[in-house]
Amino acid sequence: MNSEPRHNYRHKPEHVVSHMEVNKTRVEGRVKIYFQRHLQVLMSCLGQLYRAPISNLLTVLVIAISLSLPALLLVALDNARSLIVGWDDNAEISLFLDPSLTHSDGERVKEQLLGWRELSSARYLSAQQSLLDFKAYSGFGEVLELLDENPLPAVIVLTPRDSTPDAVAPLLERLQQLPEVDLAQLDLEWLGKIYAMMNVAERAAWVLGVLLAIAVLLIVGNTVRVSIQQRRTEIEVCKLVGGTNSFIRRPFLYMGIIQGAVGGMLAIILVSSALFLLNGPVVQLSTLYQSNFELLGMGFLFSLLLLLSSMMLGWLGSLFTVSYYIREIEPS
Amino acid sequence: MIRFNKASKRYSGGFQALENISFHLKKGEMSFLTGHSGAGKSTLLKLISAIEPPTGGQVLVNGYDLNKIRAGKIPYFRREIGIIFQDYKLLYDRTVFDNVALPLIVSGTSFRDVGSRVRAALGKVGLSGREKASPIVLSGGEQQRVSIARAIVHHPPLLLADEPTGNLDPDLARDIMNLFSEMNQLGMTTLIASHDWGLIGRMGKRILHLEEGRLQDPDQEWQR
Repeated sequence: MNSEPRHNYRHKPEHVVSHMEVNKTRVEGRVKIYFQRHLQVLMSCLGQLYRAPISNLLTVLVIAISLSLPALLLVALDNARSLIVGWDDNAEISLFLDPSLTHSDGERVKEQLLGWRELSSARYLSAQQSLLDFKAYSGFGEVLELLDENPLPAVIVLTPRDSTPDAVAPLLERLQQLPEVDLAQLDLEWLGKIYAMMNVAERAAWVLGVLLAIAVLLIVGNTVRVSIQQRRTEIEVCKLVGGTNSFIRRPFLYMGIIQGAVGGMLAIILVSSALFLLNGPVVQLSTLYQSNFELLGMGFLFSLLLLLSSMMLGWLGSLFTVSYYIREIEPS
Repeated sequence: MIRFNKASKRYSGGFQALENISFHLKKGEMSFLTGHSGAGKSTLLKLISAIEPPTGGQVLVNGYDLNKIRAGKIPYFRREIGIIFQDYKLLYDRTVFDNVALPLIVSGTSFRDVGSRVRAALGKVGLSGREKASPIVLSGGEQQRVSIARAIVHHPPLLLADEPTGNLDPDLARDIMNLFSEMNQLGMTTLIASHDWGLIGRMGKRILHLEEGRLQDPDQEWQR
C-alpha cells in the first residue's frame, strides 16, 4: 500500500507541486502543534493551581503585598509632585537694598534689573511702602509705632522666569553680588528642600522596590522548588521518554508567570483600594486649605507596568529555580 | 543497533558493575539478557539508554556514540528507544491515555495523531477502552501493559525491557513475552533483561548471560 503513491509520484510531475504544498502545511502544522502544546501546558498549570489553592494563594498574596508597597509609595510621590506643581510659579526673590541708597537709586537698580533675561518682572518698594505693607499684613504695626525711625530697607521684588531650584540658585548668586544689594532671598527656598526630600523618598521607593522584587523572585522560586520536588517522578519519566529540558521547564515557567500575573493584579487592586480609602480624608484636608485637590489614581500605564513586571518576576524566579533543579533530577 | 566494545562501568564508590563487555546486537534482532540479580543487567540497560555513561570502552547505540553524546542530544536519542521498567514508572495522577501519550507529547505530535496512536498501542497490549482509567485501579499485569504501550506508542526502532515479567504470574508473563516477540516481528530490535529461565528457554532467541559484571559465552546461543 505504501509503495503505490510513491510510484505515482515518479510518473506524475504535478505531484511535485502538491508535495511542496504538503511541506507548507507541515510547517503550519508544526506551528499549530507548538501553540497547542503551550495552550495545553497553560491549562494543566491552571488546573494545578486550582488543585493546590492554599500554598499558591499564599505565594500570590506575598507577591501582591511586596509589590503594592513600593507601588503605593510611587503613587504617593506622584501625588505630592502634582500638588507642588504650580507652587513654584509664584516664587519671588526679595532684594533688600543698602539703606544708604536714595529712592532714585532704587528705581535705577529696578530699571537695570528689568533688562535681565532671567527675570520676568521687578517691583520697587521704598522703605516707606515696605513699612505700610508690613503694618497692613503682619499685625505688628503697633510695635513699629514705638520706633523712632523706619527699620525696614527698600526692597525690589523680582519674579524669575524659571523658578526651578537649578535655575534660581545661580541667579540668586548673581543678585547677591550687586553692590547695591544687602541680601537676596528666595521666598520659596523651602520648596527646594521639599524637592530634595521627594528625591530622597523616590530613591527610597526604588530601593525598596528592588528589595521586594528580590523577595518576589525568592518566594516564586521557593514555590516552584516545592512543586518540582513533588513532581520528581514526572520529571524523571519525561526525561526517560525523551522530553527536552525546555519541555520539562515549560509548565514551571507558566506557573511562575501565572502566579506573577495573579499577584500583580492583586497588587493593583490593593493599591487602588488603598487610594480609594485615602481619597475621602485627603479631599477633606484639602478643602480646609481651600484647595480642590483629589488623589490621583495609579493610571493605566502604571498598572500595566506593575502587572508586566510582576509577571516577569514570576517567570524569572521560576526560571532560575527550575534551571538549577532540572539538572539535578536525572533518572537512575 | 547496539555495539559494546570492551565497555565497562565502575561506580564512583569503586564498585565494578560491568567489565570488558563486548557484543553486537543487529538491527531487528531479539535477544535476552540474563544473570542473577546484581550481575549487572540493569547497569547494562542503563548504559544503553544513556542513563549512565560508560567509564571505559565504547558503547554505540542506534548510530550514537554514548561516550561522547552531549546532554542536549540525549532526549532526541531516547525518543528512538522504548524502555519498559520493572516498576512500570507510570504517573499515577494521570489517566492511562495521558501516560501512554507522553512520548508523543514530548516529541510534538499533533493532537489528532496522538489519539489514534495511543488507541492503537493500547489495543496492541489488550487494554482497549481503558484510556480514561487511572493506572492506580489497574492490576500489576495491566499496569505493566500500560508501560509497554507507552514504550511502543511512538514505534521506536529499539525496545529495552528490564525484568518486564518480574511481578507477573506465569500466564501473564508468557503473554507479555509473546507481545515482545510480536513487536520484534514488526521490526523493533528488542533486548529484554530477565531471569525467568524457563520462559526464555522456550523462546529460542539469543541469550546474553552476565555473571558478576562479565559477559559469558558472548555471541553464542546459550541453552539450558
